[in-house]
Amino acid sequence: MNYEAVIGLEVHVQVKTRTKMFTRVAAGYGHEPNTLTDPVVLALPGVLPVMNKAALDAIIKAGLMLGCEIAPVCKWDRKQYFYPDSPKNYQISQYDQPICLGGTVEIELPGPARNVMGEHKRVPLTRIHLEEDVGKLNHFATESLVDYNRAGTPLMEIVSEPAMHTAEEAYAYLTSLRATMIYGGISDCDMEKGQLRCDANISIRPVGAARLGTKVELKNLNSISFVRDGIAHEIKRQIGVMARGEAIVQETRDYDGQTGASQSLRSKEMAHDYRYFPDPDLMPVQVDAEWKARLRAACPELPFEKQRRFLEQYQVPYTITSVLIWDRELSDYFEEVAQLAGPGRAQAAGNWIVNDLLREIGTAKTSLGAAKVRPAHLAELVQLIDAGSLLTNTAKEVFIAMFASGESPTAIIARQGLNAAATDVGEIEIWCHAAIAANAKALAEFKTGKDSAINAFKGPVMKAAKGRANPKLVDEVLRRLLAAL
Amino acid sequence: MRSEPFFHTIAELAALLDAGKLSSVELTKAVVARTKAVDARVKAFNSYDEDDALAQAAASDARRSTGQVRGLLEGIPVGLKDVISVANQPLTASSRMLANFISPYDATVTQRLKRAGAVLWGRLNLDEFAMGSSTENSAFGPTHNPWDLSRVPGGSSGGSAAALAAGEAVATLGSDTGGSIRQPAALCGVVGLKPSYGLVSRYGLIAFASSLDQIGPLTRTVEDASIMLGVIAGHDPFDSTSCQTEVPDYRAALAEKRGPWRIGIPQEYFGEGLDPEVGAAVEQAIAFYRSRQCVIKEVSLPHTQYCLDTYYIIATAEASSNLARYDGIRYGHRTAEAVDVGELYCKSRAEGFGAEVKRRIILGTYVLSSGYYDAYYLRAQKVRTLIRRDFLNAYQDVDALLTPTSPVPAFTLGEKTNPLAMYLCDIYTIGANLAGLPAISVPCGFTGGGLPIGLQLIGQPFREAELLPIAHCYEQAHDWHTAHPKL
Repeated sequence: MNYEAVIGLEVHVQVKTRTKMFTRVAAGYGHEPNTLTDPVVLALPGVLPVMNKAALDAIIKAGLMLGCEIAPVCKWDRKQYFYPDSPKNYQISQYDQPICLGGTVEIELPGPARNVMGEHKRVPLTRIHLEEDVGKLNHFATESLVDYNRAGTPLMEIVSEPAMHTAEEAYAYLTSLRATMIYGGISDCDMEKGQLRCDANISIRPVGAARLGTKVELKNLNSISFVRDGIAHEIKRQIGVMARGEAIVQETRDYDGQTGASQSLRSKEMAHDYRYFPDPDLMPVQVDAEWKARLRAACPELPFEKQRRFLEQYQVPYTITSVLIWDRELSDYFEEVAQLAGPGRAQAAGNWIVNDLLREIGTAKTSLGAAKVRPAHLAELVQLIDAGSLLTNTAKEVFIAMFASGESPTAIIARQGLNAAATDVGEIEIWCHAAIAANAKALAEFKTGKDSAINAFKGPVMKAAKGRANPKLVDEVLRRLLAAL
Repeated sequence: MRSEPFFHTIAELAALLDAGKLSSVELTKAVVARTKAVDARVKAFNSYDEDDALAQAAASDARRSTGQVRGLLEGIPVGLKDVISVANQPLTASSRMLANFISPYDATVTQRLKRAGAVLWGRLNLDEFAMGSSTENSAFGPTHNPWDLSRVPGGSSGGSAAALAAGEAVATLGSDTGGSIRQPAALCGVVGLKPSYGLVSRYGLIAFASSLDQIGPLTRTVEDASIMLGVIAGHDPFDSTSCQTEVPDYRAALAEKRGPWRIGIPQEYFGEGLDPEVGAAVEQAIAFYRSRQCVIKEVSLPHTQYCLDTYYIIATAEASSNLARYDGIRYGHRTAEAVDVGELYCKSRAEGFGAEVKRRIILGTYVLSSGYYDAYYLRAQKVRTLIRRDFLNAYQDVDALLTPTSPVPAFTLGEKTNPLAMYLCDIYTIGANLAGLPAISVPCGFTGGGLPIGLQLIGQPFREAELLPIAHCYEQAHDWHTAHPKL
C-alpha cells in the first residue's frame, strides 16, 4: 500500500525585544546565568506582570506579513504545569483567542534543476499566539541547575495546518518562515541560540484516504536540516510500523540529529491537563484599526515578492535571485548596486555579489554589514568592465583590493598602477595579424563558414597582449581583418 | 482625647507631632512598649524590628525638624499584614512555606507609605495566605481578640485588626479577598475599608485571588481611613489591573458631604444565621440614619444566595494557580528528602502548606480541570456578572447599601471546626469583592458580653469619596470607636 504523510509544524520564534514580555528586565543570550532576572522573572511572592507593548507590536506585524487576521482584543491565559524551568509553574500564553488567525507561508519546492524555479505553494496557518519563554535546566551528575535568563522572553508560537506532505515541504516552510521573520525584524531566528525552535506533528494515511492517521509529535528538531531529516525518518518509521501490521501509537518522540534515530518521550496517557484560564492579572488589550495600520505600513516586501520583482525589474537569472532574496540586507545591497550601475548591468552586479562578494565575506568570516566594499564602488567596477576599460581578470584583483581597503576601483587602479585594458587598435591589429598568419587551418575553417573558428585566434592574441586586450575590440579587429582576407 | 498616645488617631497624632508636643521617636517607643507589654497575649505580630522602627522614627523627626515633612503619615507607626512586601523584611504569609523568606523589594503601597513619611512597624499575623476568617490558620499560631483573649480576632487580617485594637499600631494595612479586612475590623471594634477593585495597587501583595484581592486600611476612625486611602490609592504602572482614576481628597469629602443619603437595606442580608444582638445593633444604625432624614429603602440583591458558591469557585481557582509558584525550587520551604523533582514538589508543598490552603488548592485545581471548567469556573464568572448587576441595579435608587459586616460577633478559638461554618462568616462581605465595590465596616455597638459589632456600608465603584462621609456621619454621632479593650 502507498502512504501519504501529513505534516503540521509548531514553530516557536523568540521575539527580538529590548526587555522581557512582562517586566522591564533586559532580554538577551549568552549572559552569566541568572543575571537577566528580577522579582517578576523569578516569580517572587507578590509580583505582577505588565505587558511589553513592543512584543505585541512584533507579533501583529508578523501576522500582517503572513496575511493573518488580527484579533480585535489581545487576551491572556495561564497554561499551568509544574516544571523547574517555569518560575510561576504557569506560563502566560494565549489559549482560545490567539492574536493572529489564519494566514499562509509561501514556500518553494526544489526545482528540476538548480537553475530552474521550483513549484510554489502556500501552506495555511492555523494561528499565531504570543507567550513567554521558560528558563533552561542544566543537568549535572547529582543535581540540576536552573538558569532563568531566558525565562519571560517573548515567544511566538506559529502553528501550521496539517497541510504538508514531505520533509522537503517542511524544510521549505521553515526556510521561508525564518526569512520572513528576519525580514520583518521580528527575530534573528538563530536556531543555535534557540531563537527558532520547531516541533513536528506527523501522521501517515493511505494515499487517497481523507481521514488523518494517528499523529506522532517529534521534538528537539534544532536545525532546519534536522527538521527535514527527522521528518523523513519518522515517515519511514511509521510506514515500517504499518507494514508490520502494527498500530501507530500517539506519542511524543525525541529526534537525535546526531544519530538520526528517535525515541519515545511520553504517550498520550501522560499528556498534561494545562487547566487554562484567563489570567486575572492582565487586562485584555484592544487592538484598533489605527494600531494595525501603523504596523502594516512597517511591513517589508516578503522574499518571494522580492524575487518576482527582481526577475522582472532587473532581468537577473533565477539562480542569482534565489541567493539574494533570503537575505534582506544582501538583496537591498544588490538593488543599490544595480540602481547605481545603471540599466543592463544588474546581472553583472548580481554575479559580483553572489560569487565574489559572498566568497570574500565567507573567507574573511565577516558579514555584509562589516564588509568594506560600498555599493557605489561595486557599481563603478561593473561600469568600468562594461565600458571595456577594465578586464575581468584585472577586475578580480581590483575587487580583492576593494574588499581589503574599502577604496574605490579607480583609486586602486591608479595607486597600484594596474593597467586598464589595452585599447590601442594599432597594437591589437599587429597581434591579430600574427595570430591569423600562424594558423592557416583555422583561417580555412572560418572561410568555409565555421564562425567559432575565430576563437582559435583569440588565445594567441590575448597571450601576446599578456591578457590586457579588450576582448570586444579583439573580436572586432579579427572579424575586420578576416573579412578583408 | 484619649490618654495613651498609642490609642490616638492619625489625625490627633499628626496635630501633636506638628505642634512639637510629641516626637515620632516618643510615639514609636510608646507603641513598641505597648506591643511588648501586650503582644505575648494578643499575638498579633509575626515579627517586628524595634531598632529599624526607631531609626525610621528618628529619620522622620529629623525631616520634621528641617521642615521636610513628607505627608500626613509623617512619623506615624503603621503595621503591615504579613502579605505586603517590605524590602529586606520577612514576608511569610503566616505560612511555613515562607517562614524564612526575606523580600528584596517594596510593594507599591509600601513605597507610598514611605513617601508619606510613615514608620513601617512590624509584620502582622493572618490566616495562612489570607485563607480564613479567624487567623487560626496561621502556621505561627492564632492571634487573640483583645476584647476577649479566648476569642478569635476574625480574619484573615486578624493581626492587623487585633494590633490596632490593642494599641500596638496607630493604623494598619490588611488585604481583603472576601471580607478579610472588614470582618476582623468588626470583630475587633475598629474601622476597616476595602477599596474598589483597581483603586489600590496589588503589586507586592502576595496574591490569593487576583480578581478579588484589594489592600485597604484598618484604622480607629473613618477620618483615618480616608487619610490612609489617600496615601495608598491611585494608578500604578506595575499593576495592570490598577485603574487610571483620579484620587480625590477623601478627608476633605468628610466635611463637605453631609447627606441626607438614600440608603438601601438588602433584605437578603438579614435572614437566617444573623445573630440577634448583631441584628439589633444594625437596626439601631438604620434608625439613626432615618433620624438624619436619610431615605431608607428595602432593596433586593436576588443573586445573593449564589455569592458563597461563586466566590469559592473563583477564589480557589485563582489561588490554585497563584500558589503554584511556592515549590521549593527558587525560594521557600524545600523538603529535606526528595529523590526527584516530582517528589521535591510534592513533599515541599505537603510540608509547607497548612490544611486550609491545601483544601483550597485542591478545590481550585478541580474546578479548572479539563471537562469541569465550563461547569464551574466559566459558570461562576457568569454568575459573578449577575451579582455585580444586582448591585448596580440597586444603586439606581440608593447611594449605599447598609448591612451587618459579620453575622456573628467574635467566636471562641477552636469553635468552628467545620470549614463550611467558617466560610459562612463571610456571607455579607464577599458580595462587594465579587462586584468590585468599596465597602467599609465601622463599629456599631457591643454585645451584652462586651464584644464589638460592626456595620457595613457598601458603596458604588470608585465612589469612596461618597461612601466615607456616610460612615463618618454615623461614627461622629456615636462613641463606639472611642472604647478600648482592657488588657
